[in-house]
Amino acid sequence: MMPSFFRPVLSHTLRRAVVLRQGLSNNTVARTQLFRAAFSQTAVKATPSTTVIQETSKSAYKTERDPNFKELSEQDLAFFKSVLPPSSIVQDEDNLSNYNIDWLKRYQGHSKLVLKPSTTEQVSKLLKYCSDNRIAVVPQGGNTGVVGGGTPVFDEVIISTSNMNNIRSFDAISGSLVCDAGCILENLDNFLAENGHIMPLDLGAKGRQVCQIGGNVSTNAGGLRYLRYGSLHGNVLGLEVVLPDGTILNNMSTLRKDNTGYDLKQLFIGAEGTLGIVTGVSIASPKRPKAVNLALLGVDSFDQVIATFKRSKDELCEIVSAFEFWDQASINLVQKHLAVGSNIPLQSSHQFYVLVETSGSNKEHDDEKLGQLLEGLITDGIIQDGVLAQDTTQIRNLWAIREGIPEACSKAGAVYMYDISMPVSVLYKLVEDLKTRFQEKGVFGEGKLIKSVTGFGHMGDGNLHLNVEADAFTPEATGLIEPFIYEWTAENSGSISAEHGLGRMKNQYLHYTKAPEMIDLMRRLKVVFDPKGIMNPYKFFPSS
Amino acid sequence: MAGPADLRILVACKRVVDYAVKIRVNAAGTAVETNNLKHSMNPFDEIGAEQAILIKEAFAKSKKTVDVIAVSCGPAKAQETLRTALAMGADRAVHVETNDDLQPLAVAKVLKAIVEKEKPDIVILGKQAIDDDSNQTGQMLAGLLNWPQATFASKVELAEKAMTVTREVDGGIETIKTPLPAILTTDLRLNIPRYASLPNIMKAKKKPLEKIAIASLSIDVAPRIEILKVAEPAKRQGGKTVENVDELISKLKNEAKVL
Repeated sequence: MMPSFFRPVLSHTLRRAVVLRQGLSNNTVARTQLFRAAFSQTAVKATPSTTVIQETSKSAYKTERDPNFKELSEQDLAFFKSVLPPSSIVQDEDNLSNYNIDWLKRYQGHSKLVLKPSTTEQVSKLLKYCSDNRIAVVPQGGNTGVVGGGTPVFDEVIISTSNMNNIRSFDAISGSLVCDAGCILENLDNFLAENGHIMPLDLGAKGRQVCQIGGNVSTNAGGLRYLRYGSLHGNVLGLEVVLPDGTILNNMSTLRKDNTGYDLKQLFIGAEGTLGIVTGVSIASPKRPKAVNLALLGVDSFDQVIATFKRSKDELCEIVSAFEFWDQASINLVQKHLAVGSNIPLQSSHQFYVLVETSGSNKEHDDEKLGQLLEGLITDGIIQDGVLAQDTTQIRNLWAIREGIPEACSKAGAVYMYDISMPVSVLYKLVEDLKTRFQEKGVFGEGKLIKSVTGFGHMGDGNLHLNVEADAFTPEATGLIEPFIYEWTAENSGSISAEHGLGRMKNQYLHYTKAPEMIDLMRRLKVVFDPKGIMNPYKFFPSS
Repeated sequence: MAGPADLRILVACKRVVDYAVKIRVNAAGTAVETNNLKHSMNPFDEIGAEQAILIKEAFAKSKKTVDVIAVSCGPAKAQETLRTALAMGADRAVHVETNDDLQPLAVAKVLKAIVEKEKPDIVILGKQAIDDDSNQTGQMLAGLLNWPQATFASKVELAEKAMTVTREVDGGIETIKTPLPAILTTDLRLNIPRYASLPNIMKAKKKPLEKIAIASLSIDVAPRIEILKVAEPAKRQGGKTVENVDELISKLKNEAKVL
């Protein structure tokens, strides 16, 4: 049977498709080609097997649907229809597929119902009912998560925050922004730009056009500016959360300092929707920098990348706002598969590339510091080559190269995405060890099962993104990578998920990074918040 | 004045508010607010500088030399723009220093003076600056010098003392041939400007940058045009749906006033 997303598109899906197309990121292959075909008659090129979703709820970790969860009845639907208008309820299959399939098109859910409340009170009524009737729920924001945490495993009801997109208030003195959880990150940033401020996180040009702040908070998203502005744990001032029993927890403070009792909001940040639904966010926004500089550097060994990093921190100090790196395999894929790849600076091919960004309030001051750093790096032979962006358009294009790597990887094949943090000194060693492993097993190379391995990421945060481009998502390919990659991480005292979270992809591997006592305490907390266990089941925790 | 070269190109560059910056009209309604905004080289001038460097590189293949001079009129900060041009590969720069806003005619007169001094074979300008969108300086300069002009260039081929230029015009594409010396103004599709590489940025620091006070040129640069008012375009109103044809006619008549 043809998967539903191949059928002709309907208006709602069309609108969402336009948003998705504008917010292109990983694995938009089949979806954009489908919608392009709907708009024009041009023939669509055959795509690799990434378009076929391999891991359905039936295959992933042999999970079974929990029979304790109620299956939806007419009565339930009637109740939901009494709370929400028809435009806030999605039941038809074509539209449902957008909510049921994740950003990377790796997981297929089977929800029959999407609810899109517009107010916190509505969320409260919905959750209370679901708790009372033991109906499993998946909270969903922009559905841009990459570990399958935002889509259902079976027939869980999806509660989407997309219709809760009001900015509630902004304090021009402190910079605190209060908004609904469904606000899109880019819209928030544009609003702040008008007021001379900036969002403290940035997920790249394409992700930020679709992702919502509630989802960012629930996954403790990191991103490109983490090095400068830190984690959401530090930037979120307050939250409004609806607990599974319908209680509205209002902790929407705008205070920078408040040491009164346990800081409950920290539990919801990064809880991936397992403790409640975040409906409102109060966040501290820094001042928007007046002067931004960006340099792309070509480096020939990872030791030199580390040396560049150390010296950049030394000489740039407070003005460095991002430090990203990627390897030759990454840039090769970008050159091959993306439009931006046709105009990549740096004449020769280097082993590694580094992107250094500075942000400050004084152009002359920053220009001088950066100029001195770059001159020293080249003169001392730590870097081989580099370019410095001369205007904002060049800055955007250079960032587009880095931000395009995940998309380029997905065009190369079925992409397994890993996100590991470890000591900076061994940041690239995992990539090398993995390649060696594939080579020894004879599965690595053009025409073989594993086509390429790309390493890139947030050097400054010790965060490696490792992508393996395989022929297809198959148990054989998975078995070659896992659990090797997790064992390696544990041996090097790293985290199996630096910023992507656990979802349904990494929940079984939690023990590689967290001790049993900690996991046990987490389980007990979960029961306190969600005694019926309806919030985002089958994920986050290892199945016992 | 430089030594002999097989070809000399003068590239005009203007420092403007960066293309990507959101601009606002100032409180008085007399101009666009430019304080504290990021500035960079006019994108069409970047294309012009790139074209000059491409010609220089092409000539080098047949062992011929090209002298590329970047020139800019403006306050001290205009030198940032000239350094970008030098970092892209220009050989030397001339900064005509003035704190006044110059209109196209004045700039054309200044460039005429520089042309008479440097005697280039080609003067390359951007077709227009993105702050005033005048699209006049290149044409006025050609008039003042009585030189041929090839504007809106999307392709340039150089021959001995002549060039063939493909122009983007309203009706389509026009190809013309002109002897040198001549004026060339660039259009978007002429080339993709290169990034300034670190080695070139370092070399650029040692390249000559000549400063000329505008008064020393003895030119009348007084503005000829007075700007009375600057206003943002009317904000787009949201669309409305109507229930029936009668309501549509009523709205067209009473609200839109087009019937």
